Amino acid sequence: MKKTFALSLAAALMATTVPLSAETLRWARSGDALTLDPHAQNEGPTHTVRHQMYEPLIIRDVTGAFEPALATDWAPSTDDPNVWVFNLREGVTFHDGSAFTAEDVVFSFERAKQPNSDMKELIGSITEVRAVDDYTIEIVTDGPNPILPSNLTNLFIMDKDWTEANDTVNVQDFEGGEITFATTNANGTGPYVLQSREPDVKTVMTRNDNYWGIDQFPMQVTEIVYTPIQNAATRVAALLSGEVDFLQDMPVQDLDRVNNADGLVVKQAPQNRVIFFGMNQGADDIEADNIDGKNPLADVKVRKAMSMAINRDAIRQVVMRGQSQPAGMIAPPFVNGWTADMDAESSTDIEGAKALLAEAGYADGFSIRLDCPNDRYVNDEAICQAAVGMLGQIGVTVNLDAKPKAQHFPLITDGKTDFYMLGWGVPTYDSEYIFNFLVHGRESDIGTWNGTGFDNDDLDAKIKSLASNTDLDARNADIAAIWRVVQDEALYIPIHHQVLNWGMAEKVGIEVDPEDQPKVKYFTMN
Amino acid sequence: MSEIPVPVRPKSRLRIALESDVFFSFRRSPVAVASAVVVLILVLSAVFAPLIATSNPFDPASLNLMNGFTPPMQPNAFTGETFLLGTDDQGRDVYSTILYGMRISLFVGAAAVAFAMVLGITLGLISGYVGGWTETIIMRTADVQLTFPSILVAMLIFGIAKGVTPVEYRDQMAIWVLILAIGLSDWVQFARVVRGATLVEKNKEYVQAARLIGRTPGAIMLRHILPNVLSPVLVIATISLALAIIAEATLSFLGVGAPPTQPSLGTLIRIGQGFLFSGEWWILFFPAVTLLALALSVNLLGDWLRDALNPRLR
Repeated sequence: MKKTFALSLAAALMATTVPLSAETLRWARSGDALTLDPHAQNEGPTHTVRHQMYEPLIIRDVTGAFEPALATDWAPSTDDPNVWVFNLREGVTFHDGSAFTAEDVVFSFERAKQPNSDMKELIGSITEVRAVDDYTIEIVTDGPNPILPSNLTNLFIMDKDWTEANDTVNVQDFEGGEITFATTNANGTGPYVLQSREPDVKTVMTRNDNYWGIDQFPMQVTEIVYTPIQNAATRVAALLSGEVDFLQDMPVQDLDRVNNADGLVVKQAPQNRVIFFGMNQGADDIEADNIDGKNPLADVKVRKAMSMAINRDAIRQVVMRGQSQPAGMIAPPFVNGWTADMDAESSTDIEGAKALLAEAGYADGFSIRLDCPNDRYVNDEAICQAAVGMLGQIGVTVNLDAKPKAQHFPLITDGKTDFYMLGWGVPTYDSEYIFNFLVHGRESDIGTWNGTGFDNDDLDAKIKSLASNTDLDARNADIAAIWRVVQDEALYIPIHHQVLNWGMAEKVGIEVDPEDQPKVKYFTMN
Repeated sequence: MSEIPVPVRPKSRLRIALESDVFFSFRRSPVAVASAVVVLILVLSAVFAPLIATSNPFDPASLNLMNGFTPPMQPNAFTGETFLLGTDDQGRDVYSTILYGMRISLFVGAAAVAFAMVLGITLGLISGYVGGWTETIIMRTADVQLTFPSILVAMLIFGIAKGVTPVEYRDQMAIWVLILAIGLSDWVQFARVVRGATLVEKNKEYVQAARLIGRTPGAIMLRHILPNVLSPVLVIATISLALAIIAEATLSFLGVGAPPTQPSLGTLIRIGQGFLFSGEWWILFFPAVTLLALALSVNLLGDWLRDALNPRLR
């Protein structure tokens, strides 16, 4: 008996001795990836997790510059201005060992154009993807598209055979609650291989030793353990106690505490993301208010008044503790089309807002429900609560309904909310991306995140023409004109641009990426 | 003319109460007196919250966000206003919010216990008096429910109720759903005690006499048996009150109870724990101390009552 105990103790001790080269990155943030299906949800944290396992043709490196991934080089065709030619990387294999070829790229693009795909706005201009040979593809667009490469940095390539064999050719219907094989399994070409996944609990990935770039990138992390921790205090406690090495979504109130702790650092950078409220102006009557027979949000004066009630400086100083920059437009400063003038167009004026409301016939105000996520953006629920108070000052009574993002986002894409919070990052660094998702009228393959009901055919035509406009000056003039309409319509209520804070153990070497999209292959662990 | 007889003044109810054994034992127990004083102060300040609070924290329009995170008794850096117990992250005065939050906690606690008591007594009386299949069904249901922790049962009920109520009414309904959830998770104890006592009482002579003169079963249960099984129920009710207040705080702490715009003590503690590392201790500390004082003193009162009503300890 005693002997067996001693033996098992020795065995346990041996099991805990890890070889020196093994480095586990314990990584936490507030929420989990919504799904692993590469084309089902175009959402930041979801892409971030996928980026470890799947790869697009092109990625952005830590500085935001293009870096070849599955494509080695790309250029517009010399014969046809509507065609881009991509040369693919040779000798790449998927995690299951099958070879990566042009066939997989063609398949993945077709999959990403399916009705359930959330990536279709990004490739709306693509009419055909053809394989010239095993390692060359041509992408045909419905007009010259100078910025096509920037639309492909989150468009992941799947293995055609694996997808077909596992009956997951159709993109998961995320809003409908469907679960497919690809939702919880992954077979990419990426630097890390999925080992296990429990949604909202834990995802474990190990290093892909057959990765094509294993000698080009640090790749010092051999295992990733990713745990979502929704509660801010628990999350920071986990970092302080050494339970995690790397923390995204650092609570702004705890920056000093982490910075002053031994062996921990906070790295900071302005984020390519703007936070704002959307209002359903399109419906004749909305469910979430107390006014029958008409929709107060349909009146631009009401929308302007609501924007004027928001005190962005107070939110910055108190809720965000300085970790934000008040916004006047829903484009981050990184984006082509952003102007300092438009970004300064928001102001706080309670009396003016009241007067505008009265002019619109709502002198007594009205009540409305605000849908808000509580595990997605920095202090999202607290911002919404602050907005409740500020709107209350002009007589708009707001009932706040805060819930996890997995329940919040479908409300927007299904058109089930009339007043909501949303944040938008712009991976293409161009306004067209914002217009395609948030300004263009909602159709099956465009405007899918536009929950405002705004639909202006002239503007839609102008937005569509941006993709094939090769005259950059004329294109920029069109972008400015579209922004003017968005601003004058008060289509959205901009709040602020987020500042990004990553907390980490000193041994973790990584610089903050403005897209909040850490790619673990760049991490060093010394 | 005969003399008018001088009527013997009957003792007033207050007099009876003051001369009772229970009151005697109350006066003899300093813990009970102290607890009663604490409970009385807290209940009175909750009831008169609108009069003694400095602001109405449930009116979002009256809040000034710039007052957020003001430490107790120190002027705010931006607005210069000073708050007795400081302010929370939204600029709500913590003192006023505790008063208003305690109203929710006490109301939910009391109403939930009342609901559990009515349900438990009714089912306990029926199963004890009627017996047979009725008793088996009721008491086995109770046994099954007893195998689940009551907070789990409450969360389950809360989840279902949240699913079926329309979103517009969710905030208004939250309080009532809390009462329902806590009440439904708590009736079993009442039912078991009442059933046990009823089984003893129903064979006593006064019950048989009542049956002989033809009183209906309902009248016998309510008018004859019930008054004789009430004293253990009172003890359970007091202790349940403390548990219900804690259950409400737990649910709100977990984010499934009172809405954040109408914080109860549990909601305040949930808000405050996010700022523990950053040094804003007062947001959590004062509501937590209030909850502790409230639950502890109600519990001590319950303990004393149990001893006072126990004939063996007299």
